[in-house]
Amino acid sequence: MIWIDTILQGILLGGLYALFALGLSLVFGIMRLVNLAHGDLIVFAAYLILVLVTLLGLGPFLAAAIAAPIMFALGFALQRLVLNRVLGTDILPPLLVTFGLSVLLQNALQEGFSADSRRIPAGWLETASVPLGPISLGVMPLMTFASAILVTLALQWLFYRTSLGRAFRATSDDPVTASLMGVKPASVFAKATGIAMIVVTIAALYLGTRANFDPTTGPARLIYAFEAVIIGGLGSLWGTLAGGIIIGVAQTVGAQINPEWQILAGHIAFLVVLLIRPRGLFPRAFD
Amino acid sequence: MALLETKGLTAFYGDFQALFGVDVSLSEGETVAVIGANGAGKTTLMRSISGVIAQAPGMVRFEGREIGATAADDIMAAGIAMVPEGRKLFPSLSVEENLLMGCHRRKVNGPWTLQSVYELFPILKERRDRPGTALSGGQQQMVSIGRALMSNPRVLLCDEISLGLAPVVIKDIYAAFPQIRATGASIVVVEQDIGQAMKVADRVYCMMEGRVTLSGAPADLSREEIHDAYFGTAA
Repeated sequence: MIWIDTILQGILLGGLYALFALGLSLVFGIMRLVNLAHGDLIVFAAYLILVLVTLLGLGPFLAAAIAAPIMFALGFALQRLVLNRVLGTDILPPLLVTFGLSVLLQNALQEGFSADSRRIPAGWLETASVPLGPISLGVMPLMTFASAILVTLALQWLFYRTSLGRAFRATSDDPVTASLMGVKPASVFAKATGIAMIVVTIAALYLGTRANFDPTTGPARLIYAFEAVIIGGLGSLWGTLAGGIIIGVAQTVGAQINPEWQILAGHIAFLVVLLIRPRGLFPRAFD
Repeated sequence: MALLETKGLTAFYGDFQALFGVDVSLSEGETVAVIGANGAGKTTLMRSISGVIAQAPGMVRFEGREIGATAADDIMAAGIAMVPEGRKLFPSLSVEENLLMGCHRRKVNGPWTLQSVYELFPILKERRDRPGTALSGGQQQMVSIGRALMSNPRVLLCDEISLGLAPVVIKDIYAAFPQIRATGASIVVVEQDIGQAMKVADRVYCMMEGRVTLSGAPADLSREEIHDAYFGTAA
Protein backbone atom coordinates (compact mmCIF):
# COMPACT_ATOMS: atom_id res chain seq x y z
CA MET A 1 0.00 0.00 0.00
CA ILE A 2 2.86 2.35 0.76
CA TRP A 3 4.06 1.90 -2.83
CA ILE A 4 0.70 2.83 -4.29
CA ASP A 5 0.75 5.92 -2.11
CA THR A 6 4.31 6.70 -3.18
CA ILE A 7 3.51 6.37 -6.85
CA LEU A 8 0.32 8.45 -6.54
CA GLN A 9 2.25 11.19 -4.75
CA GLY A 10 4.88 10.98 -7.47
CA ILE A 11 2.32 11.38 -10.22
CA LEU A 12 0.88 14.43 -8.48
CA LEU A 13 4.38 15.88 -7.99
CA GLY A 14 4.92 15.24 -11.69
CA GLY A 15 2.08 17.66 -12.37
CA LEU A 16 4.15 20.41 -10.77
CA TYR A 17 7.21 19.50 -12.85
CA ALA A 18 5.04 19.41 -15.97
CA LEU A 19 3.84 22.94 -15.17
CA PHE A 20 7.49 24.03 -14.84
CA ALA A 21 8.21 22.42 -18.19
CA LEU A 22 5.21 23.29 -20.37
CA GLY A 23 6.23 26.92 -20.89
CA LEU A 24 9.74 25.84 -21.81
CA SER A 25 8.36 23.21 -24.17
CA LEU A 26 6.06 25.75 -25.85
CA VAL A 27 8.86 28.23 -26.50
CA PHE A 28 11.32 25.58 -27.61
CA GLY A 29 8.75 23.94 -29.86
CA ILE A 30 7.98 27.16 -31.69
CA MET A 31 11.27 28.99 -31.95
CA ARG A 32 13.97 26.49 -30.96
CA LEU A 33 14.88 28.86 -28.15
CA VAL A 34 16.21 27.36 -24.94
CA ASN A 35 15.35 29.86 -22.25
CA LEU A 36 17.90 29.38 -19.48
CA ALA A 37 16.06 31.98 -17.39
CA HIS A 38 12.85 29.91 -17.37
CA GLY A 39 13.27 28.76 -13.76
CA ASP A 40 14.11 32.27 -12.62
CA LEU A 41 11.07 33.63 -14.41
CA ILE A 42 8.96 31.13 -12.44
CA VAL A 43 10.54 32.39 -9.22
CA PHE A 44 10.04 35.99 -10.36
CA ALA A 45 6.35 35.26 -10.96
CA ALA A 46 6.14 33.64 -7.52
CA TYR A 47 7.46 36.87 -5.95
CA LEU A 48 5.00 38.87 -8.03
CA ILE A 49 2.13 36.75 -6.65
CA LEU A 50 3.58 37.04 -3.13
CA VAL A 51 3.69 40.84 -3.43
CA LEU A 52 0.08 40.96 -4.61
CA VAL A 53 -0.98 38.66 -1.76
CA THR A 54 0.83 40.55 0.98
CA LEU A 55 0.36 44.09 -0.30
CA LEU A 56 -3.24 43.89 -1.46
CA GLY A 57 -4.36 41.10 0.83
CA LEU A 58 -5.61 39.02 -2.07
CA GLY A 59 -6.01 35.26 -2.11
CA PRO A 60 -3.23 33.45 -4.00
CA PHE A 61 -5.50 32.39 -6.87
CA LEU A 62 -6.84 35.88 -7.48
CA ALA A 63 -3.29 37.23 -7.19
CA ALA A 64 -2.13 34.73 -9.83
CA ALA A 65 -5.00 35.76 -12.09
CA ILE A 66 -3.79 39.36 -11.85
CA ALA A 67 -0.14 38.37 -12.25
CA ALA A 68 -0.83 36.34 -15.41
CA PRO A 69 -1.54 39.28 -17.77
CA ILE A 70 1.39 41.19 -16.27
CA MET A 71 3.64 38.23 -16.98
CA PHE A 72 2.18 37.94 -20.50
CA ALA A 73 3.11 41.57 -21.16
CA LEU A 74 6.60 41.08 -19.74
CA GLY A 75 7.12 37.96 -21.85
CA PHE A 76 5.85 39.72 -24.95
CA ALA A 77 8.20 42.65 -24.36
CA LEU A 78 11.14 40.39 -23.48
CA GLN A 79 10.74 38.50 -26.75
CA ARG A 80 10.08 41.61 -28.83
CA LEU A 81 12.83 43.80 -27.43
CA VAL A 82 15.53 41.30 -26.52
CA LEU A 83 15.19 37.68 -27.62
CA ASN A 84 14.03 38.30 -31.21
CA ARG A 85 17.30 40.14 -31.80
CA VAL A 86 19.39 37.10 -30.99
CA LEU A 87 17.32 34.38 -32.65
CA GLY A 88 18.99 32.96 -35.71
CA THR A 89 20.83 29.98 -37.06
CA ASP A 90 23.40 30.23 -34.26
CA ILE A 91 21.97 28.85 -31.01
CA LEU A 92 24.69 30.35 -28.82
CA PRO A 93 23.54 34.03 -28.62
CA PRO A 94 20.07 33.21 -27.18
CA LEU A 95 21.70 30.86 -24.65
CA LEU A 96 24.07 33.60 -23.53
CA VAL A 97 21.35 36.23 -23.35
CA THR A 98 18.94 34.07 -21.35
CA PHE A 99 21.81 32.99 -19.08
CA GLY A 100 22.52 36.66 -18.48
CA LEU A 101 18.84 37.26 -17.80
CA SER A 102 18.90 34.42 -15.28
CA VAL A 103 21.81 36.01 -13.37
CA LEU A 104 20.15 39.41 -13.56
CA LEU A 105 16.82 38.13 -12.23
CA GLN A 106 18.43 36.24 -9.34
CA ASN A 107 20.43 39.25 -8.25
CA ALA A 108 17.58 41.69 -8.66
CA LEU A 109 15.34 39.44 -6.56
CA GLN A 110 18.01 39.13 -3.87
CA GLU A 111 18.36 42.89 -3.86
CA GLY A 112 14.62 43.38 -3.54
CA PHE A 113 13.56 40.49 -1.34
CA SER A 114 16.79 39.37 0.40
CA ALA A 115 17.95 35.75 0.36
CA ASP A 116 15.36 34.66 2.93
CA SER A 117 13.08 31.89 1.77
CA ARG A 118 9.43 32.79 1.41
CA ARG A 119 6.14 31.09 0.86
CA ILE A 120 2.84 32.22 -0.60
CA PRO A 121 0.22 31.67 2.12
CA ALA A 122 -2.70 29.58 0.91
CA GLY A 123 -4.60 29.29 4.20
CA TRP A 124 -6.47 26.08 4.94
CA LEU A 125 -5.70 24.69 1.48
CA GLU A 126 -2.09 24.14 2.53
CA THR A 127 -3.01 21.23 4.76
CA ALA A 128 -6.32 20.10 3.26
CA SER A 129 -6.49 16.55 1.96
CA VAL A 130 -8.99 14.10 0.54
CA PRO A 131 -9.12 10.58 1.91
CA LEU A 132 -8.98 7.92 -0.79
CA GLY A 133 -9.49 4.60 0.96
CA PRO A 134 -6.45 3.96 3.12
CA ILE A 135 -4.40 6.78 1.59
CA SER A 136 -5.07 10.48 1.52
CA LEU A 137 -4.13 12.96 -1.18
CA GLY A 138 -3.40 16.64 -0.58
CA VAL A 139 -5.80 19.10 -2.14
CA MET A 140 -2.98 21.33 -3.40
CA PRO A 141 -1.13 18.47 -5.13
CA LEU A 142 -4.43 17.38 -6.71
CA MET A 143 -5.09 20.91 -7.93
CA THR A 144 -1.54 21.15 -9.26
CA PHE A 145 -1.99 17.98 -11.24
CA ALA A 146 -5.40 19.03 -12.52
CA SER A 147 -3.91 22.37 -13.57
CA ALA A 148 -1.12 20.60 -15.44
CA ILE A 149 -3.68 18.57 -17.39
CA LEU A 150 -5.83 21.63 -18.06
CA VAL A 151 -2.82 23.64 -19.25
CA THR A 152 -1.76 20.79 -21.55
CA LEU A 153 -5.29 20.55 -22.95
CA ALA A 154 -5.49 24.30 -23.41
CA LEU A 155 -2.13 24.50 -25.17
CA GLN A 156 -3.03 21.50 -27.30
CA TRP A 157 -6.26 23.23 -28.30
CA LEU A 158 -4.42 26.48 -29.02
CA PHE A 159 -1.85 24.67 -31.16
CA TYR A 160 -4.14 22.46 -33.19
CA ARG A 161 -7.52 24.20 -33.22
CA THR A 162 -6.85 27.92 -33.61
CA SER A 163 -5.42 30.04 -36.38
CA LEU A 164 -2.79 31.41 -34.00
CA GLY A 165 -1.69 27.85 -33.29
CA ARG A 166 -1.54 27.14 -37.01
CA ALA A 167 0.67 30.21 -37.40
CA PHE A 168 2.84 28.97 -34.50
CA ARG A 169 3.42 25.65 -36.22
CA ALA A 170 3.93 27.18 -39.66
CA THR A 171 6.42 29.73 -38.34
CA SER A 172 8.23 27.00 -36.45
CA ASP A 173 8.52 24.99 -39.69
CA ASP A 174 9.67 27.83 -41.93
CA PRO A 175 9.61 31.50 -40.87
CA VAL A 176 10.42 32.82 -44.37
CA THR A 177 7.53 31.02 -46.04
CA ALA A 178 5.28 31.95 -43.10
CA SER A 179 6.06 35.61 -43.78
CA LEU A 180 4.96 35.01 -47.39
CA MET A 181 1.60 34.04 -45.85
CA GLY A 182 1.42 37.40 -44.07
CA VAL A 183 2.72 36.15 -40.72
CA LYS A 184 5.07 38.43 -38.79
CA PRO A 185 7.43 35.94 -37.13
CA ALA A 186 8.61 38.53 -34.59
CA SER A 187 5.09 39.09 -33.33
CA VAL A 188 4.17 35.38 -33.41
CA PHE A 189 7.23 34.66 -31.27
CA ALA A 190 6.32 37.46 -28.87
CA LYS A 191 2.80 36.05 -28.43
CA ALA A 192 4.26 32.58 -27.83
CA THR A 193 6.58 33.83 -25.10
CA GLY A 194 3.71 35.82 -23.59
CA ILE A 195 1.59 32.65 -23.44
CA ALA A 196 4.53 30.73 -21.97
CA MET A 197 4.69 33.37 -19.23
CA ILE A 198 1.04 32.72 -18.37
CA VAL A 199 1.95 29.05 -17.89
CA VAL A 200 4.95 30.21 -15.85
CA THR A 201 2.57 32.16 -13.58
CA ILE A 202 0.45 29.07 -13.00
CA ALA A 203 3.60 27.09 -12.21
CA ALA A 204 4.71 29.87 -9.85
CA LEU A 205 1.41 29.76 -7.98
CA TYR A 206 1.90 26.11 -7.10
CA LEU A 207 5.65 26.40 -6.56
CA GLY A 208 5.10 29.22 -4.10
CA THR A 209 2.16 27.77 -2.18
CA ARG A 210 3.54 24.24 -1.83
CA ALA A 211 7.12 24.91 -0.84
CA ASN A 212 9.54 27.60 0.23
CA PHE A 213 11.34 29.54 -2.45
CA ASP A 214 14.13 32.07 -2.52
CA PRO A 215 15.81 34.03 -5.33
CA THR A 216 18.14 31.15 -6.15
CA THR A 217 15.44 28.48 -6.47
CA GLY A 218 15.12 28.98 -10.25
CA PRO A 219 17.99 26.98 -11.78
CA ALA A 220 16.94 23.72 -10.08
CA ARG A 221 13.38 24.17 -11.47
CA LEU A 222 14.93 24.74 -14.88
CA ILE A 223 16.73 21.40 -14.64
CA TYR A 224 13.50 19.53 -13.80
CA ALA A 225 11.70 21.36 -16.57
CA PHE A 226 14.45 20.54 -19.04
CA GLU A 227 14.43 16.90 -18.13
CA ALA A 228 10.66 16.70 -18.48
CA VAL A 229 10.77 18.34 -21.92
CA ILE A 230 13.54 16.07 -23.15
CA ILE A 231 12.01 12.86 -21.74
CA GLY A 232 8.74 13.74 -23.46
CA GLY A 233 10.34 14.52 -26.80
CA LEU A 234 11.13 18.07 -27.85
CA GLY A 235 8.05 20.05 -28.76
CA SER A 236 5.46 17.46 -27.67
CA LEU A 237 3.07 18.87 -25.04
CA TRP A 238 1.61 15.55 -23.87
CA GLY A 239 5.15 14.21 -23.87
CA THR A 240 6.17 17.02 -21.55
CA LEU A 241 3.35 16.11 -19.17
CA ALA A 242 4.48 12.48 -19.26
CA GLY A 243 8.06 13.59 -18.71
CA GLY A 244 7.08 15.55 -15.63
CA ILE A 245 5.22 12.55 -14.23
CA ILE A 246 8.17 10.22 -14.85
CA ILE A 247 10.51 12.53 -12.93
CA GLY A 248 7.96 12.99 -10.15
CA VAL A 249 7.43 9.24 -9.71
CA ALA A 250 11.16 8.52 -9.89
CA GLN A 251 11.78 11.11 -7.17
CA THR A 252 9.14 9.84 -4.75
CA VAL A 253 10.12 6.21 -5.33
CA GLY A 254 13.77 7.15 -4.80
CA ALA A 255 12.88 9.02 -1.63
CA GLN A 256 10.89 6.06 -0.39
CA ILE A 257 13.92 3.81 -0.71
CA ASN A 258 16.26 6.34 0.84
CA PRO A 259 15.34 9.98 1.45
CA GLU A 260 18.74 11.08 0.19
CA TRP A 261 18.02 9.60 -3.21
CA GLN A 262 15.02 11.75 -4.13
CA ILE A 263 16.68 14.23 -6.49
CA LEU A 264 19.23 11.73 -7.75
CA ALA A 265 16.52 9.22 -8.69
CA GLY A 266 14.84 11.82 -10.90
CA HIS A 267 18.07 12.52 -12.74
CA ILE A 268 18.77 8.80 -13.14
CA ALA A 269 15.31 8.26 -14.64
CA PHE A 270 16.14 11.05 -17.10
CA LEU A 271 19.43 9.43 -18.08
CA VAL A 272 17.80 6.02 -18.49
CA VAL A 273 15.17 7.43 -20.83
CA LEU A 274 17.87 9.22 -22.81
CA LEU A 275 19.80 5.96 -23.14
CA ILE A 276 16.80 4.00 -24.39
CA ARG A 277 15.05 6.73 -26.39
CA PRO A 278 17.53 9.49 -27.22
CA ARG A 279 14.83 11.56 -28.94
CA GLY A 280 12.41 11.25 -26.02
CA LEU A 281 9.23 9.24 -25.67
CA PHE A 282 7.04 11.15 -28.12
CA PRO A 283 9.34 12.87 -30.60
CA ARG A 284 7.89 14.80 -33.50
CA ALA A 285 7.97 12.97 -36.78
CA PHE A 286 10.54 15.38 -38.26
CA ASP A 287 12.90 18.01 -36.97
CA MET B 1 -0.45 52.18 -65.58
CA ALA B 2 1.22 48.91 -64.70
CA LEU B 3 -0.20 46.99 -61.75
CA LEU B 4 3.26 45.87 -60.75
CA GLU B 5 6.59 47.11 -62.03
CA THR B 6 10.26 47.12 -61.20
CA LYS B 7 12.56 49.98 -62.22
CA GLY B 8 16.29 49.55 -62.22
CA LEU B 9 15.99 46.70 -59.73
CA THR B 10 19.29 45.53 -58.30
CA ALA B 11 19.84 42.75 -55.77
CA PHE B 12 22.81 41.47 -53.85
CA TYR B 13 23.67 38.36 -51.89
CA GLY B 14 26.44 39.77 -49.76
CA ASP B 15 29.01 41.07 -52.25
CA PHE B 16 27.57 39.09 -55.11
CA GLN B 17 25.31 41.13 -57.36
CA ALA B 18 22.45 38.99 -58.68
CA LEU B 19 20.34 41.60 -60.50
CA PHE B 20 21.59 44.53 -62.59
CA GLY B 21 18.88 47.12 -63.23
CA VAL B 22 15.93 44.90 -64.10
CA ASP B 23 12.80 46.58 -65.52
CA VAL B 24 9.70 44.40 -65.77
CA SER B 25 6.03 45.25 -65.62
CA LEU B 26 2.71 43.47 -65.28
CA SER B 27 -0.67 44.88 -66.25
CA GLU B 28 -4.04 44.08 -64.73
CA GLY B 29 -5.25 40.66 -65.85
CA GLU B 30 -2.05 39.90 -67.71
CA THR B 31 0.08 36.77 -67.50
CA VAL B 32 3.79 37.34 -67.88
CA ALA B 33 6.46 34.66 -68.02
CA VAL B 34 10.05 35.13 -66.95
CA ILE B 35 12.34 32.58 -68.55
CA GLY B 36 16.02 32.00 -68.25
CA ALA B 37 18.62 29.41 -67.36
CA ASN B 38 19.71 28.51 -63.85
CA GLY B 39 21.33 31.48 -62.14
CA ALA B 40 19.78 34.04 -64.50
CA GLY B 41 18.23 35.86 -61.54
CA LYS B 42 14.60 34.78 -61.98
CA THR B 43 14.10 33.57 -58.43
CA THR B 44 15.98 36.59 -57.08
CA LEU B 45 13.53 38.77 -59.01
CA MET B 46 10.58 36.95 -57.38
CA ARG B 47 12.16 37.18 -53.93
CA SER B 48 12.78 40.90 -54.42
CA ILE B 49 9.19 41.58 -55.45
CA SER B 50 7.72 39.49 -52.63
CA GLY B 51 9.89 41.21 -50.05
CA VAL B 52 11.97 38.19 -48.98
CA ILE B 53 14.97 40.26 -50.07
CA ALA B 54 14.55 43.87 -48.93
CA GLN B 55 15.17 46.51 -51.61
CA ALA B 56 15.38 50.25 -51.88
CA PRO B 57 11.86 51.76 -51.84
CA GLY B 58 11.86 53.08 -55.43
CA MET B 59 12.74 49.84 -57.15
CA VAL B 60 9.38 48.04 -56.97
CA ARG B 61 5.95 49.64 -57.38
CA PHE B 62 2.61 47.92 -56.83
CA GLU B 63 -0.64 49.75 -57.65
CA GLY B 64 1.43 52.94 -57.83
CA ARG B 65 2.86 52.53 -54.32
CA GLU B 66 6.51 51.95 -53.60
CA ILE B 67 6.92 48.55 -51.95
CA GLY B 68 10.62 47.92 -52.43
CA ALA B 69 11.42 48.33 -48.74
CA THR B 70 8.16 46.81 -47.45
CA ALA B 71 8.34 43.61 -45.36
CA ALA B 72 7.25 40.34 -46.99
CA ASP B 73 4.20 39.91 -44.74
CA ASP B 74 2.92 43.41 -45.56
CA ILE B 75 3.45 42.90 -49.29
CA MET B 76 1.43 39.71 -49.00
CA ALA B 77 -1.31 41.58 -47.15
CA ALA B 78 -1.34 44.17 -49.95
CA GLY B 79 -2.19 41.44 -52.45
CA ILE B 80 0.91 39.81 -53.90
CA ALA B 81 0.88 36.08 -53.17
CA MET B 82 3.79 33.82 -53.91
CA VAL B 83 4.07 30.17 -54.90
CA PRO B 84 7.67 29.77 -53.77
CA GLU B 85 10.31 27.73 -55.53
CA GLY B 86 10.40 24.23 -54.07
CA ARG B 87 6.71 24.48 -53.00
CA LYS B 88 7.65 25.10 -49.34
CA LEU B 89 4.67 23.43 -47.68
CA PHE B 90 4.62 23.49 -43.90
CA PRO B 91 5.43 19.91 -42.83
CA SER B 92 3.62 20.20 -39.47
CA LEU B 93 0.39 21.24 -41.15
CA SER B 94 -2.19 19.15 -42.95
CA VAL B 95 -3.14 19.90 -46.55
CA GLU B 96 -6.15 21.89 -45.43
CA GLU B 97 -4.18 23.78 -42.77
CA ASN B 98 -1.56 24.63 -45.39
CA LEU B 99 -4.31 26.06 -47.57
CA LEU B 100 -5.75 28.03 -44.65
CA MET B 101 -2.35 29.61 -44.01
CA GLY B 102 -2.81 31.33 -47.36
CA CYS B 103 -5.56 33.51 -45.92
CA HIS B 104 -4.10 33.80 -42.43
CA ARG B 105 -3.60 37.54 -42.75
CA ARG B 106 -5.23 38.67 -46.00
CA LYS B 107 -8.91 37.74 -45.74
CA VAL B 108 -10.53 39.09 -48.89
CA ASN B 109 -13.79 37.91 -50.33
CA GLY B 110 -13.32 36.67 -53.86
CA PRO B 111 -13.54 33.67 -56.09
CA TRP B 112 -11.08 31.59 -54.07
CA THR B 113 -12.24 29.69 -51.01
CA LEU B 114 -11.39 26.25 -49.64
CA GLN B 115 -14.26 24.93 -51.71
CA SER B 116 -13.21 26.50 -55.00
CA VAL B 117 -9.60 25.42 -54.50
CA TYR B 118 -10.86 21.87 -53.92
CA GLU B 119 -12.90 22.16 -57.11
CA LEU B 120 -9.80 23.27 -59.00
CA PHE B 121 -7.69 20.43 -57.54
CA PRO B 122 -10.16 17.69 -56.43
CA ILE B 123 -7.39 15.36 -55.27
CA LEU B 124 -6.57 17.80 -52.47
CA LYS B 125 -10.02 17.41 -50.97
CA GLU B 126 -9.49 13.66 -50.67
CA ARG B 127 -6.14 14.25 -48.96
CA ARG B 128 -7.14 17.26 -46.90
CA ASP B 129 -6.20 15.70 -43.55
CA ARG B 130 -2.85 14.27 -44.60
CA PRO B 131 0.38 16.11 -43.82
CA GLY B 132 1.16 18.42 -46.73
CA THR B 133 4.56 16.91 -47.26
CA ALA B 134 3.17 13.35 -47.48
CA LEU B 135 1.78 14.14 -50.94
CA SER B 136 3.48 13.60 -54.30
CA GLY B 137 5.47 16.48 -55.76
CA GLY B 138 2.71 17.45 -58.17
CA GLN B 139 0.05 17.39 -55.46
CA GLN B 140 2.29 19.46 -53.21
CA GLN B 141 2.57 21.99 -56.01
CA MET B 142 -1.22 22.08 -56.19
CA VAL B 143 -1.36 22.79 -52.45
CA SER B 144 1.22 25.54 -52.85
CA ILE B 145 -0.75 27.17 -55.69
CA GLY B 146 -4.03 26.74 -53.83
CA ARG B 147 -2.49 28.23 -50.69
CA ALA B 148 -1.47 31.35 -52.62
CA LEU B 149 -4.92 31.61 -54.22
CA MET B 150 -6.67 31.46 -50.82
CA SER B 151 -5.84 35.13 -50.21
CA ASN B 152 -7.55 36.13 -53.49
CA PRO B 153 -4.40 37.95 -54.53
CA ARG B 154 -4.17 40.79 -57.04
CA VAL B 155 -0.92 39.31 -58.29
CA LEU B 156 0.09 35.65 -58.22
CA LEU B 157 3.83 34.98 -58.41
CA CYS B 158 4.69 31.41 -59.43
CA ASP B 159 8.34 30.52 -59.01
CA GLU B 160 9.51 27.46 -60.99
CA ILE B 161 6.34 25.47 -60.50
CA SER B 162 7.40 22.77 -62.96
CA LEU B 163 10.81 22.20 -61.41
CA GLY B 164 11.39 18.55 -60.61
CA LEU B 165 7.99 17.39 -61.84
CA ALA B 166 7.23 14.85 -64.56
CA PRO B 167 5.98 16.33 -67.85
CA VAL B 168 2.53 14.78 -67.43
CA VAL B 169 2.23 16.33 -63.98
CA ILE B 170 3.36 19.72 -65.29
CA LYS B 171 0.62 19.51 -67.90
CA ASP B 172 -1.96 18.80 -65.18
CA ILE B 173 -0.87 21.80 -63.18
CA TYR B 174 -0.80 24.18 -66.11
CA ALA B 175 -4.27 22.91 -67.05
CA ALA B 176 -5.51 24.87 -64.02
CA PHE B 177 -4.14 28.17 -65.31
CA PRO B 178 -7.01 29.11 -67.64
CA GLN B 179 -9.37 28.82 -64.65
CA ILE B 180 -7.08 30.95 -62.50
CA ARG B 181 -6.79 33.55 -65.27
CA ALA B 182 -10.54 33.56 -65.73
CA THR B 183 -10.94 34.97 -62.22
CA GLY B 184 -9.04 38.06 -63.34
CA ALA B 185 -5.81 37.35 -61.49
CA SER B 186 -2.60 38.88 -62.81
CA ILE B 187 0.13 36.27 -62.92
CA VAL B 188 3.90 36.10 -63.17
CA VAL B 189 5.30 32.65 -63.92
CA VAL B 190 8.98 31.96 -63.69
CA GLU B 191 9.93 29.01 -65.85
CA GLN B 192 12.87 27.13 -67.26
CA ASP B 193 10.43 25.23 -69.45
CA ILE B 194 10.23 27.67 -72.37
CA GLY B 195 7.48 25.78 -74.20
CA GLN B 196 5.18 25.87 -71.18
CA ALA B 197 5.92 29.55 -70.56
CA MET B 198 5.14 30.48 -74.16
CA LYS B 199 1.80 28.70 -73.96
CA VAL B 200 0.46 30.50 -70.88
CA ALA B 201 2.00 33.95 -71.21
CA ASP B 202 0.80 37.13 -72.88
CA ARG B 203 4.32 38.48 -72.69
CA VAL B 204 7.70 36.94 -72.01
CA TYR B 205 10.84 38.31 -70.40
CA CYS B 206 14.03 36.41 -70.93
CA MET B 207 16.77 36.86 -68.36
CA MET B 208 20.46 36.08 -68.39
CA GLU B 209 23.09 36.83 -65.74
CA GLY B 210 20.89 39.22 -63.81
CA ARG B 211 19.64 41.27 -66.79
CA VAL B 212 16.58 41.20 -69.02
CA THR B 213 17.91 40.25 -72.43
CA LEU B 214 14.67 40.03 -74.38
CA SER B 215 11.00 40.80 -73.97
CA GLY B 216 7.85 40.66 -76.07
CA ALA B 217 4.75 38.69 -76.94
CA PRO B 218 5.47 35.02 -77.63
CA ALA B 219 4.16 35.32 -81.20
CA ASP B 220 6.58 38.14 -82.00
CA LEU B 221 9.70 36.34 -80.81
CA SER B 222 11.60 34.01 -83.07
CA ARG B 223 13.26 30.81 -81.88
CA GLU B 224 16.67 32.27 -82.68
CA GLU B 225 16.04 35.43 -80.68
CA ILE B 226 14.97 33.42 -77.65
CA HIS B 227 17.86 31.02 -78.02
CA ASP B 228 20.32 33.91 -78.11
CA ALA B 229 18.71 35.73 -75.17
CA TYR B 230 18.55 32.53 -73.13
CA PHE B 231 22.01 31.16 -73.78
CA GLY B 232 23.80 34.40 -74.58
CA THR B 233 25.16 33.21 -77.93
CA ALA B 234 24.50 36.58 -79.57
CA ALA B 235 27.46 38.91 -79.67
